[in-house]
Amino acid sequence: MATFLGIDYPTLWFLVVGALFSGYAILDGFDLGAGAWHLFFRKEESRRIALNAVGPVWDGNEVWLVIGGGALFAGFPVLYASMFSAMYIPFMLFLAFLIFRAVSIEFRSKEEMKWWRDFWDISYSVASVMMALLLGVVVGNILWGVELGPNYEFQGNWIDFLNPYALLVGVTAVALFMMHGAIYLAMKTEGKLFVKVNRLLNRSIIFFIVMYSIVTLFTLIYLPHLTDRLHENIALFVVPLLAFLSIANVPRLVSKGKYVMAFIFSSLTMSFLLILVALELYPVIIMSTIDPMYDITVYNAASSENSLRIMLNITAIGGPLVILYTVFVYKTFWGKVKLDETSY
Amino acid sequence: MDVEILSRIQFAFTISFHYIYPPLSIGLGLIMVLMEGMYLKTKNKQYEQLARFWTKIFAITFGLGVATGIVMEFEFGTNWATYSRFVGDVFGSALAAEGIFAFALESGFLGVLLFGWNRVKPIVHFIATFGVWFGSMFSAVWIVVANSWQQTPTGFQIVGEGLNARAEITDFWAMVFNPSSVDRVLHVWIGALIAGAFLVMSVHAWYLLKGRYTALSKKAFKIALAVAALFSVLQLVTGHSSANGVAVNQPAKLAAFEGHYNSFDQADLYLFGWVDHESQKVVGPYIPGGLSFLIYGNFDSPIKGLNDFPQDEIPTQVNAVFQFYHLMVAFGLYFIGLTLFGLFLWWRGKLFEYRWLLWVFVFSVLLPQLANQFGWFAAEMGRQPWVVYGLLRTSDALSATVTANMVLFSLIMFTLIYALLFVLFLYLMNKKIHAGPYDESNTESRPLQESMAKTIE
Repeated sequence: MATFLGIDYPTLWFLVVGALFSGYAILDGFDLGAGAWHLFFRKEESRRIALNAVGPVWDGNEVWLVIGGGALFAGFPVLYASMFSAMYIPFMLFLAFLIFRAVSIEFRSKEEMKWWRDFWDISYSVASVMMALLLGVVVGNILWGVELGPNYEFQGNWIDFLNPYALLVGVTAVALFMMHGAIYLAMKTEGKLFVKVNRLLNRSIIFFIVMYSIVTLFTLIYLPHLTDRLHENIALFVVPLLAFLSIANVPRLVSKGKYVMAFIFSSLTMSFLLILVALELYPVIIMSTIDPMYDITVYNAASSENSLRIMLNITAIGGPLVILYTVFVYKTFWGKVKLDETSY
Repeated sequence: MDVEILSRIQFAFTISFHYIYPPLSIGLGLIMVLMEGMYLKTKNKQYEQLARFWTKIFAITFGLGVATGIVMEFEFGTNWATYSRFVGDVFGSALAAEGIFAFALESGFLGVLLFGWNRVKPIVHFIATFGVWFGSMFSAVWIVVANSWQQTPTGFQIVGEGLNARAEITDFWAMVFNPSSVDRVLHVWIGALIAGAFLVMSVHAWYLLKGRYTALSKKAFKIALAVAALFSVLQLVTGHSSANGVAVNQPAKLAAFEGHYNSFDQADLYLFGWVDHESQKVVGPYIPGGLSFLIYGNFDSPIKGLNDFPQDEIPTQVNAVFQFYHLMVAFGLYFIGLTLFGLFLWWRGKLFEYRWLLWVFVFSVLLPQLANQFGWFAAEMGRQPWVVYGLLRTSDALSATVTANMVLFSLIMFTLIYALLFVLFLYLMNKKIHAGPYDESNTESRPLQESMAKTIE
């Protein structure tokens, strides 16, 4: 099997996909978090500022999902096909909320009437919360395992995705994104709104830490096999430790008013948590609850070596370009939100 | 209804709805680039006003295009799992390239295009606009390449058997430059550019009729007319080249386009008509041997009819394919006639003198949309019963675990959401167009508007 830097192609592509979804979680995570807070802001002016904090960037952030989905389809077609068809209903609902989130941002400002703005505000906020919840539910199902049978086809019932563990992970995702979004809003606001955001931010940190502790406890008690990898190699303990430290660092930085650093550490938290998930499962991506022979792994789900090589080349050329203009866009809109005639 | 037909209806419905928006975004993108380019060159504020105005319309089409586009990407996995496993290895690299090269470019710069007017220099803004347009064109390349691979697969090998069979890529560039991709990319691009230009002409013709923004609208209309005329004529070339490709690579599709059941030495070309599937006859006016002539340059060359193919390998909805194809061609010819007539009047200095003609331009906005939709209907229905031509049947491509009720649920969901979106889209477009590029009643904010417009003209 061909390797690069001693890592085989399927694993490399797994890292690429992981990086893309981690990028998506970090970037659209703050959009979704800001959306979840939206109804907490009472004044029209505040809502507009909050909305325009994500206004110029949310669309670019959503791209990471498009690319992540494409990367999954391209590199792990078996996984893509099985997972998406197994979780048909949650993915369809996710799409519906995704559409509502997008059009709410787009349509809200187009009319002055109160009922119009209220409708889109509610739609925007509910859609943001539900997207975060469903993303968490999908991760929860991946951790829990899915009823996969021969040909890696789903054998269970369509409602199976709503198991308590997945829901718990879903709520945790909402909490994490709300914390992340609040930090972002703190970076982008000033005056009274900033004070309010700060208050909400402190609450969301507590909300997240409580949820995170519950999920960790639940995992340790009911899904002990997930920690097998950590038992085997004590050095890997560094990953949960880093996740824990970066979570602990967030309230410390917030209390000092260092929001940019807090944002970086809440981003790191997301990455470490996703790395932890990947580490606990790899090389399995989705565990079959029927028989380990039906587990979907990076190897049995991967495209051919040739295909992976082509895509790794594409990523090597395209990746730096994407980063380059992402940086350019964020630099253009750096700083506190200023409303002008082009704003939402 | 069974899961196959429901899934097909859902895919057809969601892709058709999606395809209202990307062609407009691509087409408007070019016009905006031209307007901003003119602004940079002439420093005439009117071009900037035009570009800003069309950016607002563009924001709506682009936003809806993205939201409805992600649905398409997910639907491959949710509803067409077997297809996804089959094509993933090949098709995936095109999708990955689309995402990373094109889509990231357009969506990244979109923020600057929409919100950066007061934050960056005009030249940087122009570059952002160009980036968005270029990204959307490039996006179309990869999506059409992937679809073309389904029409004329090359650069792959089949691994495995039966339902576990899948295509593995052997040659990336052979996959990208499969026999139909160049023709079809050009055809799709130009279709989109025509659609955007017709929208611009429609709106500004309406302003001219209402006596609003006259100076501005004349400028915009001329830019759009030039674009529309150029590409309407070019579309004839790419259309002809595409049809020739179909004749070679997908002869059963060509036979369906023209409703040919039996092979004749002289294949006729129907101008329009009605295909009777039972009697296997087409009723309508035709040019004897016309099809043979178009394909082979010779009125007497034989062309294979539908009866020459295994009967389970030909499209069943021949009349529908025939009608969609013929309507697309008819609209295309209409665009050439209308835009060349417009150019002629422009040359004679009478472009804006006929109110009836401006009304024709106002309403013609619908036709490029229909032509784009019908062209795809003909292309996709003509490929049936295959989803990947000659390799994978549509009926074998479904998700094994998804039931009819689940698809019915999502189909109803999409129908309701899209109906709402469509109403909102029309409402907002209408509102933006009525509001216009700036507030005309507020002369104070632009005291020099009128005099400036006069001196420049």
